[in-house]
Amino acid sequence: MASTVVDRETPSTVVERDGAPRGRRWWIEIGWRHVVGIVTIVICIVPLVYVLSASLNPGGTLTGSNQLFRTIDLQNYRELFEGNYSSWFANSIVICTVTSIGTVLMGGAAAYAFSRFRFQGRQGGLTALLIVQMFPQMLAFVAIFLVLLSIGDVFPMLGLNSRLGLIAVYLGGALGVNTFLMYGFFNTVPRELDEAAKIDGATHAQIFWTIILRLVAPILAVVGLLSFIGTFGEFIIAKVVLQRPDEFTLAVGLYFWAADERNARWGLFAAGAVLAAIPVVLLFLALQRYIVSGLTAGSVKG
Amino acid sequence: MTDQQTLEPPAPPEAPGPRSPRRSRGDGSHARNFSAGFVVKLILVALVDALGVYGILAALAVQSWGILAFLVLALVAVNWIYFSKRAVPGKYLIPGLLFLLVYQLFVMAYTGYVAFTNYGDGHNSTKADAVEAISIQNETRVEGSPTLPLTVVQRDGELGFAVVQDGDAEVGTAEEPFTAADDATVEGERVTAVPGWEVLGFAQIAEQQAAITELRVPFSDDPSEGSVRTQDGSTGYVYQSTLVYDEATDTFTDSATGETYTPSESGNFVSEDGDVLTPGWRVGVGLDNFTRVFTDSRLAGPFAQITVWTFAFAFLSVLTTFAVGLFLAIVFNDPRIRGRKVYRSLLILPYAFPGFLSALVWKGMLNERFGFVNEVLLGGADIGWLTSPWLAKLSILMVNLWLGFPYMFIVCTGALQAIPADTIEAAKIDGAGAWRIFRSMTLPLLMISVAPLLIASFAFNFNNFTLIYMLTGGGPNFVGTPVVVGHTDLLISMVYSVAFESGNKQYGLASALSILIFIVVGAISYVGFRRTRKLEEI
Repeated sequence: MASTVVDRETPSTVVERDGAPRGRRWWIEIGWRHVVGIVTIVICIVPLVYVLSASLNPGGTLTGSNQLFRTIDLQNYRELFEGNYSSWFANSIVICTVTSIGTVLMGGAAAYAFSRFRFQGRQGGLTALLIVQMFPQMLAFVAIFLVLLSIGDVFPMLGLNSRLGLIAVYLGGALGVNTFLMYGFFNTVPRELDEAAKIDGATHAQIFWTIILRLVAPILAVVGLLSFIGTFGEFIIAKVVLQRPDEFTLAVGLYFWAADERNARWGLFAAGAVLAAIPVVLLFLALQRYIVSGLTAGSVKG
Repeated sequence: MTDQQTLEPPAPPEAPGPRSPRRSRGDGSHARNFSAGFVVKLILVALVDALGVYGILAALAVQSWGILAFLVLALVAVNWIYFSKRAVPGKYLIPGLLFLLVYQLFVMAYTGYVAFTNYGDGHNSTKADAVEAISIQNETRVEGSPTLPLTVVQRDGELGFAVVQDGDAEVGTAEEPFTAADDATVEGERVTAVPGWEVLGFAQIAEQQAAITELRVPFSDDPSEGSVRTQDGSTGYVYQSTLVYDEATDTFTDSATGETYTPSESGNFVSEDGDVLTPGWRVGVGLDNFTRVFTDSRLAGPFAQITVWTFAFAFLSVLTTFAVGLFLAIVFNDPRIRGRKVYRSLLILPYAFPGFLSALVWKGMLNERFGFVNEVLLGGADIGWLTSPWLAKLSILMVNLWLGFPYMFIVCTGALQAIPADTIEAAKIDGAGAWRIFRSMTLPLLMISVAPLLIASFAFNFNNFTLIYMLTGGGPNFVGTPVVVGHTDLLISMVYSVAFESGNKQYGLASALSILIFIVVGAISYVGFRRTRKLEEI
């Protein structure tokens, strides 16, 4: 990453030094752009600086957090782990990890079938997936609640109030959203490769697990991480399904902390928010390029 | 392709000729080919089967016929697909397909079904359940009935009663009706010990007094036979329902007043005078839920306002984020600017920060009395950013702009860089000014790649529940509506409120509203797909 930065910047700085206007013309042509940029960045960063400052203010209320960086103390971070926060964090990580792995495997398998086999109903299946894709799963959250209510009678583990049940719901949305993204990528892997393997006696399963999946690893990573970030921010279904405080995900738990305006421990919430944001922001920045291309393929981050 | 197929060996190499005539076709038969993969498959399918069989038995026990039928079909399908040599694509499709079927397709169909019923509080279950609940709720002590010497017992934390009736000891709990306990020890008229049960003493009874006085142990599964309850933990009274259900006529009769209650079309037992027994049961109500939002005067106004605001919010969100994103993209699309990379990385920070957290942080910052914006930026102002109807709308749009412009910035930057420089150059030579170039060249070229994303963004914001719910919770609320909805509610948060947060849960109405959203979203997506011509691409 670092090397590409250097490579790209060097020629442009050369251009800049050669053709850069000076004095008043510099202000008219370039200088104002810096002003716009700096103003925008300040607007972007103030809320983030504010939440960081609030998180370092022990016992902070909303009012107490207004003076930025008045005190710097890790008290809030220590207190976080005395309550439910650590289990929320663990829940979020586990639910998102399992969901993204399941999504990648199921989506990848479906994309493999659509890309490599010619079978009856293939065309219809693809079209059906495209239509399903139009309707986000979360629109049916009332029915999801009612269906889980009934499933809970038979499989308590998959009913309401169950993290496993929530994962199952998320996996239900996996095929509709990601198969197309993967399908396109699978098609770019030359068929000659698997045909050669077939001649050497490889079964379809061996071709899938040892050849195709390795070759499409980049898209698997992207889909997996997009699914992770998406699940991490998913709120409405998680709120409907999970009702016991120790089973909350971060989104649901932190909502309750911040929603309670009178008794809210704002500092505690802020610390929780900072910790929760760190993994996602890091993932996001690392994946920036892929996420952008993934977004252009039609998925929107939640 | 066909060449390759002819090159393929007719049989896998590990099949050295038939050992018996019967097996001559089964070259790759699993019986002789226990590869590691096969073992894994066997274990996984066995696990699924075990789970499925457990589910079938459990569904049988609770009489969930729908789940039972689904499980049987799913198990047959899974086993056939994984052990047949023919259904190869199925092996890759079935896991995802099963989840898709249950948690996406079925729930959508179920939304459609519920939308035509009165499912909700007071109409939660079947008629049989309603009959049982009515019988139990209307039980009173039978006048002049004998008192029963009663012992409170406990097993695994579950409370029960042990009584002596006609000289026989019987034990029962809330779930299990009284059954004879022949091995119980009876002293005098009272049970003093039951094997497997712990007899509670005074102190323990006092501790759990509330639970014990509420405990109802029925005589049988038929609620009309009555039950035993106690006030003091030592004497039991026979309770019977004052409302008696007659299966033949399908009516309830009040044994005290003689009034009869007949089932109504709306799923309740109703007397001639119009007295309604609760709970009722689930019945189809046709299009009532759909027409209610238009005809119920207390609901129609707010519904219309919310619909208009939902469209306005989605449209203005797309417009503002796109305008700012495009503006910034153009501003930074000049190679002479130093540190473009730094600007770009910092500009996308709001987008990288999880959206739900941003909404919550902004909620705190916009707080009327203590928020950062009023206290610090505006020097102690008293502006109700989230509490006045119009300002709340403005705040939501502003916060969404903050959240969303980086996405548009990234997208537009990419699209701008894809516009060939020589086209622009040619326009310049022809004498076009900067504004003319933007209007007639850049924007139309940009739109080709960006328009589908704008449509997707519209659909996303149309259902941006998280932002609304976290920032304002839909408030400030309308006054006098039968459901709790407010000036900033979107259709989807109205659905949530109707279904879960309005005191009286109305799943039927909520589902009907969901269907309306489905239609809008479907239409938007259809337009989007038409534009990208994805349908033709397959």
